[in-house]
Amino acid sequence: MQTKMNKTTALIHIVLIIGSLLMIVPFLWMVLTSGKTISESTQIPPQILPEVFQLENYKAVWNSLPFVSFYINTGLMIAFRVLTSTIFSAMAAFAVAKLDFPGKNLFFGIVLTQMMIPSQIYLTPQYLLVQNLGLLNSISALVIPGIVSAFGTFLLRQFFIKLPDELMEAAIIDGATTWQVFCRIYMPLARSGLVALGIFTSLFAFKDLMWPLVVNMSQDKMTLSAGLASLQGQFTTNYPQLMAGSVIAIIPMIILYILFQKQFIEGIATTGGK
Amino acid sequence: MGLVFHRADTDRAFDLNVIPLFQSLYMSFQSVSTFGTSTFVGLDNYLQMLQDPEFWQSLKNTFFYAAIQVPITIVLSLFFAVLMNTKIKAVGLYRTIFFLPMIAAPAAVAMVWRWLFNSEYGLLNAVLDKLGYSGNILWITDPEVAIWSIIIVGIWTNVGYNMILLLAGLKEIPKEYYEAAVVDGAGPLKQFFSITLPLLSPQLFFVSVTSVIGALQVFDIIFMMFDRTNLALKSTQSLVYMFFNESFVLNDKGYGSAVAISLVLIIMAITGIQLLAQKKWVTYD
Repeated sequence: MQTKMNKTTALIHIVLIIGSLLMIVPFLWMVLTSGKTISESTQIPPQILPEVFQLENYKAVWNSLPFVSFYINTGLMIAFRVLTSTIFSAMAAFAVAKLDFPGKNLFFGIVLTQMMIPSQIYLTPQYLLVQNLGLLNSISALVIPGIVSAFGTFLLRQFFIKLPDELMEAAIIDGATTWQVFCRIYMPLARSGLVALGIFTSLFAFKDLMWPLVVNMSQDKMTLSAGLASLQGQFTTNYPQLMAGSVIAIIPMIILYILFQKQFIEGIATTGGK
Repeated sequence: MGLVFHRADTDRAFDLNVIPLFQSLYMSFQSVSTFGTSTFVGLDNYLQMLQDPEFWQSLKNTFFYAAIQVPITIVLSLFFAVLMNTKIKAVGLYRTIFFLPMIAAPAAVAMVWRWLFNSEYGLLNAVLDKLGYSGNILWITDPEVAIWSIIIVGIWTNVGYNMILLLAGLKEIPKEYYEAAVVDGAGPLKQFFSITLPLLSPQLFFVSVTSVIGALQVFDIIFMMFDRTNLALKSTQSLVYMFFNESFVLNDKGYGSAVAISLVLIIMAITGIQLLAQKKWVTYD
């Protein structure tokens, strides 16, 4: 029995290791290629390791595109989106979960419907809105569609609804206003939900490609995602440099992920909850 | 107070998301010129679309992609989630690695895969060559193969995400059920089909709905992996790609909106069918 268990465990590990390799090899290949010379990268059969790791590739890519701006733009976009969408979604979610007002169900119905509608439908009107506001090629343009999120409202409502109403009733009796109840009592208690929404918002803002591509055409206002897309046009076949650019673009998120992997994974798991 | 408090927010959500929905619908009945002047053309955009072979081809590509990518992704996610739900060491590490593809920007993902798929110098063909398959597969340029390349990248990106959602569901299944099943002499397979699957059905349902919606919106990988001059683009471009191309490259926002509205109707119809069908297989306790 004992050996049978050990064999099963070993088999599970083997399968999971193969799976992990499939997940990680593209990243390894990206890093390895980024250190090769062009002739090393075009050997047949492929040469696995570069003779000397060519930091030159990184230098060339770094100098050819304004990566510092890309980092700043991406950082600002994420920061503003996380800030506004958590605050506004929390306010809306709190109202739906704990307050009574006419049209509440209709409002929540609209929120739910919105979650089912693909974002492309908003793209053109939002683009025209941003254009009419004269905000094309700006940080505001990047932030605007993420100011409030239906998904966030839904997610946080699930958190607020689980918290007891008595907390509010007691506080109101003690003379607290609705605003105080929201800020001081319910917000701290919904912390794990807010963290989950923050992570979710940052990740999807970071990965968003179409919107930044459409609104910010000038290079100094591009995000990492969109900037990387423009790199492809410049170095069509210089794969070592393309890979170096990719590493530069994804490394901040990977570091954050490794540092906060527990929060990332638990946060994502919450978003799929019941 | 409460009313004022949520009102501002409701309005904001309304301005950003509800109005644009109707604007898109309205625009799909218009011909919008490059300079923004538009004229009402009724159903012209839709009629043009129904006669446009590109639309039908994009629709076919999108359905094909979703029909292959989603089932494979879900089966693999479930398989790995079940393996990770056993009492083995290093589960945390595996989980972290499996989720890694989800963290990377799609532009970077598409670029590295394009390189792996490279027919001359790519790692993939080299490995296949080592394994004894000598045919040089043109992953990106062969119209017959190209859609499969997108499917592979789609699966690779999404397995980890779905796996984490399913794993969270698996952890909620009480251990006692399995203990009782063992006492009754049920083997692992029987346990899987009579305990795991039914009790996991709410999560499986959620994962199927979101995966289908996501797959029907495939865009980033196609946009990044296929140059505009690539002849295989025709057999891979999705509805969202067509929408993007018409609206922002060819600048025909009216026609683009008609494509987007069609996609929304398709997604809503399919989601609706799934919601109806869930009664047949999803068990809530």
